Amino acid sequence: MKQELVQVDRLTIGYRSRQGQMVDVLRNVSLVMSEGETLGLVGESGCGKSTLGLALLGFLRPGGRLRAGTAFFDGVDLFGLTSEELEQFRGKRVALIPQNAGQSLTPTIRVGAQIAEPLMLHLGYGQAAARERVVELLRLVHMSQPAVMAERYPHELSGGQLQRVVVAMALAGVPELLILDEPTTGLDVTTQAHILASLREIREKTATTMLYISHDLGVIARVSDRVAVMYAGEIVEDGLATRVFGQPTHPYARGLLASIPRVSKSSLPQSMPGRPPAPGEHEVGCAFAPRCPFADETCTTVDPTFETTKHDGKTPHLVRCHHWKRVAGAEVSRQVQDLRARAKHIVEAEPLIELNKVDITYAKRGFGAYLQRWRGEPEPPRTVSDITLTLHRGETLALVGESGSGKSTIARTIAGLLPPCAGQIDSGEYDLTRVAERRPGDLQRRIQLVFQNPDASLNPRHTVRQILDMPLCLYFDLSREQRFEQSVSSLERVRLSAPYIYRFPGQMSGGEKQRVAIARAFAAEPDMVLCDEVTSSLDVSVQAAVLNLLADLQAGRGVAYLFISHDMAVVRAIADRVAVLYQGRLCEVGPVEQIYTPPYHPYTETLLAAVPEPIPGARARLLAKDVQEAEPPARGCPFQRRCPRRIGAICDEERPSGQVVAEGHTICCHIPLEELLASQDDVITG
Amino acid sequence: MSATVTTLDKPRPAERSRFKETWRNLRRSPSGMIGLTILVTHLVIAVISPLIVPYEPTDIDASILLQSPSWEHPFGTDSFGRDGLSRVLMGGRIALVITLTAGVLAITWGGLLGIVLGFLGGVVDEVVMRVVDAMLSFPSLFIYLLVISALGSSDVILILVLSITNGISIIRIARAATLGFVARDFIAAARARGERTATVVLRELLPNVFDVLLVEYAMRWSWMLLSFSSLSFLGFGVTPPTPDWGLMIAENRRRLAIAPWGSIFPMLALGTLVIGINLAADALAKAMGLDRSQEAPI
Repeated sequence: MKQELVQVDRLTIGYRSRQGQMVDVLRNVSLVMSEGETLGLVGESGCGKSTLGLALLGFLRPGGRLRAGTAFFDGVDLFGLTSEELEQFRGKRVALIPQNAGQSLTPTIRVGAQIAEPLMLHLGYGQAAARERVVELLRLVHMSQPAVMAERYPHELSGGQLQRVVVAMALAGVPELLILDEPTTGLDVTTQAHILASLREIREKTATTMLYISHDLGVIARVSDRVAVMYAGEIVEDGLATRVFGQPTHPYARGLLASIPRVSKSSLPQSMPGRPPAPGEHEVGCAFAPRCPFADETCTTVDPTFETTKHDGKTPHLVRCHHWKRVAGAEVSRQVQDLRARAKHIVEAEPLIELNKVDITYAKRGFGAYLQRWRGEPEPPRTVSDITLTLHRGETLALVGESGSGKSTIARTIAGLLPPCAGQIDSGEYDLTRVAERRPGDLQRRIQLVFQNPDASLNPRHTVRQILDMPLCLYFDLSREQRFEQSVSSLERVRLSAPYIYRFPGQMSGGEKQRVAIARAFAAEPDMVLCDEVTSSLDVSVQAAVLNLLADLQAGRGVAYLFISHDMAVVRAIADRVAVLYQGRLCEVGPVEQIYTPPYHPYTETLLAAVPEPIPGARARLLAKDVQEAEPPARGCPFQRRCPRRIGAICDEERPSGQVVAEGHTICCHIPLEELLASQDDVITG
Repeated sequence: MSATVTTLDKPRPAERSRFKETWRNLRRSPSGMIGLTILVTHLVIAVISPLIVPYEPTDIDASILLQSPSWEHPFGTDSFGRDGLSRVLMGGRIALVITLTAGVLAITWGGLLGIVLGFLGGVVDEVVMRVVDAMLSFPSLFIYLLVISALGSSDVILILVLSITNGISIIRIARAATLGFVARDFIAAARARGERTATVVLRELLPNVFDVLLVEYAMRWSWMLLSFSSLSFLGFGVTPPTPDWGLMIAENRRRLAIAPWGSIFPMLALGTLVIGINLAADALAKAMGLDRSQEAPI
């Protein structure tokens, strides 16, 4: 029989806030983990996932207090250990893999030596034995050329490779419990797929118990046997992954599942109303009640208990809800919101912006470039090269690709923040190769930008009123009162109430800030809005709301979006046409439905195959090679070094020209279309 | 439609105005409150001293030369028989007026130029910063003496020379603080909107570097007080018989052995004022969150 390794009983952890009162970030958390199982801990930011994970290391962040409850690991009271005992305990029996691998490694020590350190210090390895073990560990985490990589410094490795090093480091002490705190967040999907595959294999080989913390339901579904859903410091649902994903019983879990965009569905995700409570804000009753469609008076007055709804074999399915029977019985009401079914005014005949063979580089210009040429240094490959695209009035064109694919660079060039070094960009009679400062006022107004991170794109010292005033002052001749009225109505359009006008960005949540940034862009009454990863920094339920908002604004105003995203599922939900980029070069352009069905460009194919869908047990089928790409290759296909379908020397030598699949759908690949079609399955549904 | 109407009219309890927040943090700092008390006392005395001095500070009385502290003259008298207390009370007025004015001028031109340079970057920034480096390599006292011996000493010239030399150092500080913000997206957004440079500098950047400039102003102020007193001490500042701490220390330093009160009391006055400003400025920096080492974890 499997033994219980971790027993957390009614654990409550609080922090002292700036105002001096105690704020509980974990409330009454009870959790049991059996040996060898992988538990996925999922929830939105600020729900207490990391606090719980760290508590299993016997660690509280500075200012934290154990308020009530216990946490046992194999019979050892974690909060009763002395600091020496904890030191022995951590690393040997429990190990942590943090989110940002780059930051947890020392930049001046070779990675092999960093992995070897705990081996020699805690486990009594000698120099040579440790070196051997390091190579063995790196092989276990699927690092290519482990002996060579061990001799490298952290800055010489890619993000995915660094994460592998950190995993190897955590495995060095052969821990019984591995705590993974968002280990793949911030990595590209293809890299993430690699890491997840390695983790699965490690689990099969070593039978290590794992606690996998993530906000990403898709990732959780890929790795976990059991799933615990957290909300506002509580575990609200806990059960087998197949059951939690298949028949969620808590309204929050249901809402969360409905709010993630699926790469297999072209409909917009459904958003949840409201926002999660800030720590300390919730007092009595169910924390989810204000956002819950099932809530009644009991929910706001009586704390729900953790009830066992049924048993799946030995695993009980636990839910913290008064009305779980009603919820379980209710139909999953998935309001299908297909954007393309709405009244959209795409005017195909009217191109809004035309890019023609555009090249962009961050290399030196002017005198510096002259000096470089004079010294005989070769010109580095251009960051973005040979981009020919058209954006029509009223449509949504998505630019997709992983980090470093030049998506944002193209947006910045269109916005006039960075001039192209070759090619032509036109908008009607206007020349967009000029930088913003040199453009006529009317053109400046017509193109607006929304950035990824609203913390950086809103001036922290301006109130919402000042923020919305800036475009109104600049583009329109309005009185103070008129501007105020306009600002209030802009806020209402993004579904924020009027009193928000007096707030500073620091007084709003991430989603609220992003709405203000969107309101600012729309205040200028633009023809097109460049959306640069606008939902990437938001929680899924907030992302769904922002996507719906963007769709509604487009339907009402007829603006065109250049929608930049790394997320294939989000793109499918919102885009009309898609351009897939790799290393600043176009791979594939076409209508959204054609991009998501074969034939695919090999890069599109690997991207789609790597997307983790929230289906328990699913795994990535096709993987691009995990190579660090410093800069685009000077010749040949941009994807040559990582392509799983490479056909030979032609890929290295010749730039593939576009093959037309259907009208408006082009694939830039040397493999003939028939061959692509014959060898490719539908990676989404297949 | 799955519209999300977020209605949350009441601000959360954690939210207060920045001014109140800073004041609240400042009040929790004991050293800051001591500094502030000293500073306010000095300022009040400087303002009301003409009304409270027991004697006219420039009145000479040959019958009471170099008297030690007594009930009639708590700070003693100097070699002209002038009352020490009255002179100490009045002795900070000119120094304060000149340094405060020079400080405002310095922070204005130095701060604005620093922000503009940080925003523009490029060749202009490079050239101006090299000139600034060159200027900073001269000891400031040397520049003061050079300018004053060429142009003579007057209040206006003192203010100008203090504001110019201190403003040069402020350029560096303001530029460095600006660089932390120019790469942020709200500046990119302003550029893409087509805002003029003046708008970006005054409306977007200035509010963000204002904290840094305010603290820098307080620090510069205490430096200028010391510089000004040094000039007076060397005979280039205030002309006798106007009461001034630097001048008083200089006049009475020869008699330190026989009549120490003549220089000790102005020293104490100047010392406490500078310490008060420094304590208050340090606490202000921490209260505004500029000193990261003192930040609470949550």
